[in-house]
Amino acid sequence: MRRAFLNRVDKMIREEEDTVYFTVDIGMWAIRDLLEKYPERATNVGIYEDGMFGIAAGLAAGGYIPTIFGIQPYLVERTLEQIKLDFAYQGLGVNVIGTGAAVDYPKYGYSHYCAEDAGVLKMIPGVEVLTPGTANEFISLFNQAYRDGKPTFFRVSDHPNKEYDIDVTLGKANVIKRGGGATVIAVSVMLDMVMEACSDLDVTVLYYTSLAPFDADTLKREYNGGKIVVCEPHYSGTLDYDIIDALAGRSVQIEHIGFPREIFRNYGTYEDKMEYYGLNTEHIRAALAT
Amino acid sequence: MNNKEIALFANDIRRNVVCAIGKKGGGHIGGSLSICDLLAVLYGEIMKYDPENPDWEERDYLVCSKGHAAPAIYSALALKGFFPMEWLEELNRPGTRLPGHSDRKVPGIDATTGSLGQGLSIACGIAHGLKVQGRGQSVFCITGDGENDEGQIWEAAAYAANYNLDNLIMFLDWNKKQIDGRNEDVMRLGDLAMKYRSFGWNSHRVNGHDVEEIRQTIYTAVRDKNGKPTMILLDTVKGAGISCIEQIENNHCIGLPEKLVKECLGELSLVQGICLKN
Repeated sequence: MRRAFLNRVDKMIREEEDTVYFTVDIGMWAIRDLLEKYPERATNVGIYEDGMFGIAAGLAAGGYIPTIFGIQPYLVERTLEQIKLDFAYQGLGVNVIGTGAAVDYPKYGYSHYCAEDAGVLKMIPGVEVLTPGTANEFISLFNQAYRDGKPTFFRVSDHPNKEYDIDVTLGKANVIKRGGGATVIAVSVMLDMVMEACSDLDVTVLYYTSLAPFDADTLKREYNGGKIVVCEPHYSGTLDYDIIDALAGRSVQIEHIGFPREIFRNYGTYEDKMEYYGLNTEHIRAALAT
Repeated sequence: MNNKEIALFANDIRRNVVCAIGKKGGGHIGGSLSICDLLAVLYGEIMKYDPENPDWEERDYLVCSKGHAAPAIYSALALKGFFPMEWLEELNRPGTRLPGHSDRKVPGIDATTGSLGQGLSIACGIAHGLKVQGRGQSVFCITGDGENDEGQIWEAAAYAANYNLDNLIMFLDWNKKQIDGRNEDVMRLGDLAMKYRSFGWNSHRVNGHDVEEIRQTIYTAVRDKNGKPTMILLDTVKGAGISCIEQIENNHCIGLPEKLVKECLGELSLVQGICLKN
């Protein structure tokens, strides 16, 4: 997915003179020639996240289309006030592509984890939060969003879906499977796992790559009154408000497969953490069985 | 320790950095190696500490704001008996007691870091608190040169000068490189010694691999307090002390296969010392 976005950014800078690209010193060797050829529109500003967001806001105010790339915790948490005031309140269109979401950088410790990113961003009205599950989905969502004049955050994972590659639309959920039992909401890179867990089950599977805006209509239309199991690669409960709001007036039982709301003090591989926190097929089936 | 003993200690720190990172197959070696001589001076001669009681109230404090250099700090702490040497084998591994970035849950670590730019502010808070309490120990802080891109560093610099934190000594590891290349190419920082002076600090530039020069400069800063914090600009080489690492242009965070580990240890074994079994 990272290669896909680098190629897309490379093309954008070369072909569209009103676009700019910023990165924050995290290893841009793959597009070094781009940075050298277009130093005024494609630049590494150094280790300077919060200031960079302000600069991007200024460029957007002047008519440019800025895109920023960095590591998710520093892009989301360190810069929260700039996101709120510089981007959202002023309605400035800046695209932010973050790598290292949740536990994608599993060995570097708590400073490099960011399971709260989606929840934090979704609390700021007017911010688009897009979580593609594959490289193709990223390209599609980026193409739909990058000139829409809104602050848009793309959560780019190093662990994409391999079996399922969906034709996605910004702001719309996809119905992957219809059934008579529970409704499973699969978010982003959880889709492969969800489909493996549900292969022999009579359930509905909805696939969400747009967390904000949230597609309430599809959920309202497809929900058949059973249990809802939300499988999300971030803190559990991030979508609860949207689900409850979409089904207002109805009684709904929600089960969660996601990261528990605790400080992660363990280390190891991405797979270790997914297993440790129960983001696996076994727990999905168990949630559907109870 | 005399200078020869400090140099041997620095060599031991380097050997254990290589072994610890090598066990995992790679990691932040460049910026770890560049501060080994400083750490040997601090832990070998300057700092007051008690490995049996890491939270001793009379200790000097050290905040490693460039948290990715934790392997070097951990190696120094292990060699000084804060925890068993074998812990170094767990670096970055599942269930480890030694996370990849400097972590306060490790005995002897005074602040969790890893998000660059924040440690100097923490060091300011510790130093301010000690001054208010009338206590005499020192607070040391290590920042990276790329880290000085961050605005929070300069907010802390203003704070330290404004509150006359002369018990604060900050080392700036001027190894001239950050992840994406040389500082001069990524973000020019200019004359850092002059910048800190203009913020109201004492500032000194030393050879960051000359233990005698480092030692004397710290002694002077601790002894001759003048109401100002002190910045010591360490002129260093990223990957210092191991030529095959120094020669890798992009050596911030690299793979360290067994062959390269052996080459590194072969160079360092010219001086015998204490090391993890590899």
